[in-house]
Amino acid sequence: MKKLLSLLLFSLSLNVFASGGVTLQDADVDLSDKVSLQRGAKHFVTYCLGCHSAKQIRYLRIANDLGLDEKHVLADIAPEGAGIYDQLHTAMNKHDAEKWFGTQPPDLSLIARSRGADWLYSYLKGFYTDKNRPFGVNNAIFEDVGMPNPLWQLQGEQKPVFEMDGEKKTLTKLIKGSEGTMSEKEFDTAVNDLVNFLVYVGEPVQLERQQMGKYVLFFLLIFLAISYLLKKEYWKDVH
Amino acid sequence: MNLKPTRLRMCGNWVLDRFPLAQVWNEHMAHYYAPKNFNFWYFFGSLALLVLVNQFVTGILLTMNYKPDAKFAFDSVEYIMRDVNWGWLVRYMHSTGASAFFIVIYLHMFRGLLYGSFKQPRELIWIFGMLLFVALMAEAFMGYLLPWGQMSYWGAQVIISLFSAIPVVGDDLALWIRGDYVISDATLNRFFAFHVIAVPLVLVLLVFMHIVALHEVGSNNPDGVNIKKSKDPWGHPTDGIPFHPYYTVKDVVGVAVFMIFFATVIFYMPEMGGYFLEHANFIPADPMKTPEHIAPVWYFTPFYSILRAIPDKFAGVIGMGGSIVVLFLLPWLDRGKVKSIRYRGGIYKKALMLFVVSFIALGYLGTQPVTPLATTMARIFTAYYFGFFLLMPIYTRWEKLKPVPSHITMQPTLEERIPEIKAVFDEVTLVTEGENTKRGFNQTGAKNVLIRTAKNLKESLD
Repeated sequence: MKKLLSLLLFSLSLNVFASGGVTLQDADVDLSDKVSLQRGAKHFVTYCLGCHSAKQIRYLRIANDLGLDEKHVLADIAPEGAGIYDQLHTAMNKHDAEKWFGTQPPDLSLIARSRGADWLYSYLKGFYTDKNRPFGVNNAIFEDVGMPNPLWQLQGEQKPVFEMDGEKKTLTKLIKGSEGTMSEKEFDTAVNDLVNFLVYVGEPVQLERQQMGKYVLFFLLIFLAISYLLKKEYWKDVH
Repeated sequence: MNLKPTRLRMCGNWVLDRFPLAQVWNEHMAHYYAPKNFNFWYFFGSLALLVLVNQFVTGILLTMNYKPDAKFAFDSVEYIMRDVNWGWLVRYMHSTGASAFFIVIYLHMFRGLLYGSFKQPRELIWIFGMLLFVALMAEAFMGYLLPWGQMSYWGAQVIISLFSAIPVVGDDLALWIRGDYVISDATLNRFFAFHVIAVPLVLVLLVFMHIVALHEVGSNNPDGVNIKKSKDPWGHPTDGIPFHPYYTVKDVVGVAVFMIFFATVIFYMPEMGGYFLEHANFIPADPMKTPEHIAPVWYFTPFYSILRAIPDKFAGVIGMGGSIVVLFLLPWLDRGKVKSIRYRGGIYKKALMLFVVSFIALGYLGTQPVTPLATTMARIFTAYYFGFFLLMPIYTRWEKLKPVPSHITMQPTLEERIPEIKAVFDEVTLVTEGENTKRGFNQTGAKNVLIRTAKNLKESLD
């Protein structure tokens, strides 16, 4: 059933995110994998929260949903000085952001719902060296993005391979430039954890909603059976 | 049995002596005679009422936490989704309900086209229904601005700017509607007022008139036969049955089936792949950033396609408006003497089938970005859309009608057709090898079934 549903969803959303010449890679989203979400939360606070907020969610909600102790969240995940009832606010203020980046980095609470998990996964893996950009990097998925690569130490540098077609230059693939602190497999897992966490933050209730759905549908099927029998009984004498 | 009047009974009688509750109930439910042979297509009227109630109840609950303020609107919706108890369920019921409303209404209107429910003497029911459809579109359009996402904002911007295409008064009119030079807090506030008070009042009033008009002349049926022609000694139509309890219990079955689909969407795919909740609407409205591709929600896309298909902006607006206006004229455009498609000529059947194809195609094209091919296709389908209605006075006269029975006919129910369906299933999946048969794909059987289906389809279109 679930497979069928996801297949249906997939076919509906096929064309929505297609962009550029580079195809999107599949993120492996599994919201029941609490350990992955916990790692993702830690990565998010470490690498994203410096510039981006996720103001629609609170540390307490994360602690409850991810099966973590409140004290543990404050000590290990939340930045210094954050309280358990706080939303995930960024430390960077608006004016600095505009001075440094020209714009305020977007809030990431709903980024997984507007962009999709696969897009985020490919985007975070898609930074490559480009001397012409202010931060020295460009992105294969989001061309000329105004964001530096926060994960470059983990991933290492990536170099682009272009294919020339007359005047037009199209990016075909990215190759490894220098080694990062993580192996390729470790890095993929880290990015995937981060995306998993962002999908969770986008709609914290989704796991609960899907579990509840089973009982609702079960009830409705029984309701259907009973109402059908009732209708049959009433309609016996109609010819 | 002689009942001793209890206090409760006496209270009840006190009310009934002063208010015609029993009379209203009898007139519209217990003694309202409806044809016996309502089929699948007749569920959607009561379902529309169910969805309307769903929208009212969930809408009232949403209003308790939503803030109609450009600064807070987007965040208040997310607050409902996350921090309000069961807020996510209420919001999804409301957002899914909006799409469900249009699915149900489109099927309800299609029923009218199938069985000629708009024809004499039911023209006024159709007019009230069309007014309901227009009010519903206004309600949906204004409701869609309230979450204050990018699509809310830019969708409203595009649609309201259409008014500025009207010569002379256009720009002032658009300004008057928005209350500002762009969509802004002022627009959000007035749309909120219309969405939660003004238009719902109009909807309730029109539903009331739609039903009163229907109960005055009586329901049509899949045979298009007037059941009031033959009555039993007590004055009841012999082909009719009281709406209550027969159709109330039957509609409950329809409600159950509908709710299974409705709950599946709410609990497993509330975004419906970006069709019920658009992805770009999860980004807060930003007047400085126009999205690359602005698409209205799916239920407006057929009309949006017509707008885009016409090269001139003002002509496009006229075309889009005309595509709705022409529906109002349907009772006078259709000159066919017979109501039900069962006894109409092949030409109407084929025209209607092509109309359905072009309506769906226009809907699909409206969700897609503009390309030269898409525009050409949209123009062809737009031409067909108008051709279907405007040429009706001509082609419906050529129809070769079939004889209409004097009484309604009863079709076998789904349950009675199970053996027939099983026989077809066996024909395709039973393979005979020598003396034993086993399950497998039977090629000749499948071929026979296909040929038979094609033949039946061709026959039914003649």
